[in-house]
Parts: sequence; structure tokens; C-alpha cells
Amino acid sequence: MRPLTFQGVLLRCGALAVVLFIVVVIALKLGAVPVSLYGLGLDLLHVLLGKTSELSSNYDMIVIDIRLPRILLAIIVGASLAVAGTAFQALLRNPLADPYVLGVSSGSSLGAILALIVEPHLALPLAFAALVTPVGAFLGAVATIAVVYFLGRREGQIDSSMLLLSGIISASFLSAIIMFLITTLSGRGDLRGMSFWLMGDLSGALQPTLRWVLGIGFLVATCVTYTTASDLNLLLAGEKEAMHLGVDVRRVRLVVYIAASLLTGLAVSVSGAIGYVGLLVPHVMRLIFGSDHRILIPTSALGGAIAVVIADTLARTVVAPSELPVGAMTALAGAPLFIYLLRRKFA
Amino acid sequence: MPASSTSTDHSRASDIRLSVEQVSYAYSANPSQAPLFTLEASSFQARPGEIVAILGPNASGKSTLLKLIAGAQQPLSGRVLLDGFVTNSLTPRIRAQRIAMVQQESPLLFPSRAWEFVLQGRHPYSRYLRFESREDVAIARNALAQVGAEHLSDRWMDQISGGEKQRVILARALSQQPLLLLLDEPTLHLDIGSQVGLLDTLRRLAAENRYTVVVVTHELNLAAQYADQIVLLHRGKSLRVGPPAAVYQRELLEQVFQTPLSVESSPSGRPRVTILPATDTPSSR
Repeated sequence: MRPLTFQGVLLRCGALAVVLFIVVVIALKLGAVPVSLYGLGLDLLHVLLGKTSELSSNYDMIVIDIRLPRILLAIIVGASLAVAGTAFQALLRNPLADPYVLGVSSGSSLGAILALIVEPHLALPLAFAALVTPVGAFLGAVATIAVVYFLGRREGQIDSSMLLLSGIISASFLSAIIMFLITTLSGRGDLRGMSFWLMGDLSGALQPTLRWVLGIGFLVATCVTYTTASDLNLLLAGEKEAMHLGVDVRRVRLVVYIAASLLTGLAVSVSGAIGYVGLLVPHVMRLIFGSDHRILIPTSALGGAIAVVIADTLARTVVAPSELPVGAMTALAGAPLFIYLLRRKFA
Repeated sequence: MPASSTSTDHSRASDIRLSVEQVSYAYSANPSQAPLFTLEASSFQARPGEIVAILGPNASGKSTLLKLIAGAQQPLSGRVLLDGFVTNSLTPRIRAQRIAMVQQESPLLFPSRAWEFVLQGRHPYSRYLRFESREDVAIARNALAQVGAEHLSDRWMDQISGGEKQRVILARALSQQPLLLLLDEPTLHLDIGSQVGLLDTLRRLAAENRYTVVVVTHELNLAAQYADQIVLLHRGKSLRVGPPAAVYQRELLEQVFQTPLSVESSPSGRPRVTILPATDTPSSR
């Protein structure tokens, strides 16, 4: 018997954090403008010390002002989607569940777009205006997961294939509405394009207030999800089993659904619907670290960050000087894996 | 003993640990319709160390009664007391510290090792995010030893036999350190040797750890052999409650199970049931 210890979790997360750091450094270096590793180190040091004025050249300003924020965004978006995916997989007892496949990302996109349409009519103070998109995206996520959950039931039990089909059908239905809205409202400058909402894109600049909302929201939702890690382990064995082992099933289910919807909503409101991260990352982490959620949740967060930083770096470099949406990269890698897992499970 | 360390003075005073008092229940598709199934008021009491077997044909209400005892469902009327506490008003956490349930197994989504599975029994003693302590590991190891399954510790749950798995599931229940151990058809799908082995273990554990054991089963002879009390259910009615010799009467069992049988007394003084083949038309049944 070698039960999981807190030190064990820290050690493995530390290792992944090192990988993430290396990936980030490479991502900072790669791009249309060449940067030396030495110059990069010097710049990062200046930024960390708060001496942004001492940055050596304009080129390096590009790296710090443009690439770094985008990478930080990729980290939070990737981590959010992977944690949301882990949570949905445990709650729905379905290893193929993830925000994108379940249609939650599409619902989130629609919620965000509707919020953007309504926002000018609300006359909110500027501080709250930034909150409108994430709140809309969150509500869209909550509504979609509720609908998909009820459609995916058969005789009171969640049916694995019914659930996935409901999710996929909801996603395509919601996408159609999104296309309709974007096309009718194409004159408006503040609405992003179709590929942002349907495929996901990290290239846009972010309002400073939204950065804080995103960062704090991510931390709170992830920590809340993490406190239920041992409960999620037991929920995998079934709700009845979990209840007899002392899990307050109703409370855990509610808390984790809300946290996972919040994570999805936050990610979608700043990056659109990036697919497959929530599906692929928890699986890979489970293969490496096992299926205990006390290790799976933090490693998935780090793994999701690594995956999206890599995907986004590829998205902006492979066809440079133009760019692919990051969702295209994750779909290229994720769709074949999804098929593989599906065939393995139902073979 | 793990069980007695948490029991209250209340139980010692009356010496009754489990008291099922006139509990009833009704299932219905919707509230306006007549119930599809009704469990009529049933009562019995059990002391620490006692094994109670709930017997009856399919759809007689055995599992319903077990769920009501476990506190998983609110009875329509009546109540179930465990050491003076109403089981269904306890929080899930406290309930799991006092009542362990061995259910018919549900498939695992991701494989786990036997020791991980047994450690799950320590969950009711943890709060929020907690990692298992040395004490938890010692309790889990001891639980595996008590059911004679130490050697299975590192095996994967989906790669051991049905009998071995049933022992590991029992070990998880023991690591909850319960007062009351509930088992829903634990011998289902087991060969006769594994059945007897499991029930011998249960008998020994009930005596040593002073658990009160309630087991739902279809095995008339095993129940007669191992149980101190029998609760015989038929169509949602508890027909008779008492020691095996008092409940095992030919007419009663024939009526309940709808099959001709004979009841003899075995050398141990416990009754033994033999199913008689229908003599006139052997192939019609």
C-alpha cells in the first residue's frame, strides 16, 4: 500500500511546472520576430523586477507586450478547460465527456454573444461592463449542461451514448444559432468573427479588467473543484456507492457542476470554443499519474496549460505570417484521439 | 474493537443496537397514482454480534427494507434506530461512519488496485481534501487481513475472481469501522466454497468486532446455518420474524416460495430445506 501523499502531488506538479516553464520559454522565443534566449532571459528578469522601462529594444517589447500576455491567456484557458473536462468526466461517469463534446462550450459562446448584444442596452458602469461576457458565457454553460443532462437520461439513469449524442446535437444546434446571430450582426465591430466563437482563438487582445476576472475566477473554481477530489473518486464508482461511503452526492454534484460551468464560461468568453483540450488532457494525465482526482485535477490543469500553449504556438507559427485559430490545432490532434478512445471503449 | 469504541452508553443500557420500528414504504410512478409496490409495516430488533437474514422471493421488498435500514430512503411511516439515532436523519458522513453497505457491485470506470479500493472505506473520516494517514493505512491493512485477503492488496480489482472481489469489498466495509454491516446478496454469483468461506468470515467478524449484520439473501440453507434471526418477507409483508427454527416451517415456506419443499432439522439444530421435484409432471415447472 502506497497511498497518495501531499508531497507526491507537489513533486509531480513541480515536474509538470518545469515542463510548462520550458514550453513557455520556447513559445516566447518562436514567432515572426526572432529573439535570442539571452535577451529573453534579461527581459523576463526586468519584467519580474518591475523595471519594464529598462527593456532593451523594441523587438523585445513585442515579446513582452504581445507574446507573453497571449501565453498567459493560453495557460489559464488550457488549465480551465482541462479541469472542467476532468470534472465533467467524473460527474457524468463518462470518460468521453468534455465541455466541447457536451455542447457546453457552444452554449457558452451563445451566452457570451447574447450578453454582448444586450450589454449596450443595460447602461452598466464601466467596471461591470467587462463582467457581462463572462457572466453570459457562464449562464450559457449552466443552461446547456442542464439541458444535455436531462436529454441524456434514459429511465432515470444517465445513458452514456445518449448523453454524448445529446451533447453533439446540442453543439451543432447552438452553432447554427451562433452563425445566424454573427451573420445578422456582422456590422457590429465589437462582436468577434465566426471562427473565434466556433473554433476558438487566442489572438485577440484582452481588456485589463477581464484579465483579473479570468485569473480570480479560475483560481476560485479550480480550488473549489479540488476540495471535492476525494468525493469525485468515489462518485466514479456510482452515486449509490458514493453515498454509502459518506459523500453528500447532491452537494458535490451541484458544486462541481457550477465550478466546471464557470471554468468553461470563463475560457470561452476570452478564447471562444476551443475543442478537445478538456477531453484529451485528463486522459493523458490519467495514463501517466493514475485516476485519483487528488493528483488528476492539478496535473490536468498544468497539462491543459502546456497543451494550449503548444497548440497556440503552432497555430501562430506553422503558417506564419498568417495564423490559424488555436481550435484548429487542438481539433487536428484531438479528433483522432477521440475516435481512438471511442473505439477502444465500445469495441 | 473498532466497533465498540464508537458506540454510546445508550446501546449498552438496552443492549439493542438496531431497532426497526414499523417501517413502511411505497413506490409509485407519480404521487397521484396508486403505489406500484408497498412495503407494509415491518419491525425487528438486533443486538451487537447478531446476524439477521432477510429472506423472501423476488419483489418481496427485501432490498427496499435494506435501503430503509441504511437510511438511504425516508420511510413512509415508522423509523429505524441505530443506537438511538434515526438512521435517515444522520448526515451522509456520520451515517457512513456507523453503517457500511456491501452492494451488488457496480462496474468500475477506471481500474483501481485492491488497497486503493479498501482505503475508500476511510473516506467518511476525512474532510475536504485529505490524504490518508498512517492510521488509515493500518486500518485498511487490518481490514484486508481480517477477511484473509492481504495477498490481494496489490492486485487490480478487475483482475481478481468474484469471490476474491467480494472479500475486498467486505474489507472496504470493515475499514469504515461500522456498527452495522448491511449486505445485499453478497453470495450472488459465488461458487459454493466461496459462499461458505464468505459467510464463515462474516460470522467470525460479527462475533469478534460486535457488528450487527443484516444480510439480504436467496440462500435458504445458508441463512438457516448462519443467521440468528430471520425476517421472512412476502409481497411487501413481513410474515414472520424469529430464529430459523421458528420461521422455517414447511407450509409457510411452500406458500411464500411457491414450490414444494421439505424442512428437516440438521445435526446442529438448525433447519435444512430440500426442494422437492414436482413428482407428477417433472418437466412442466
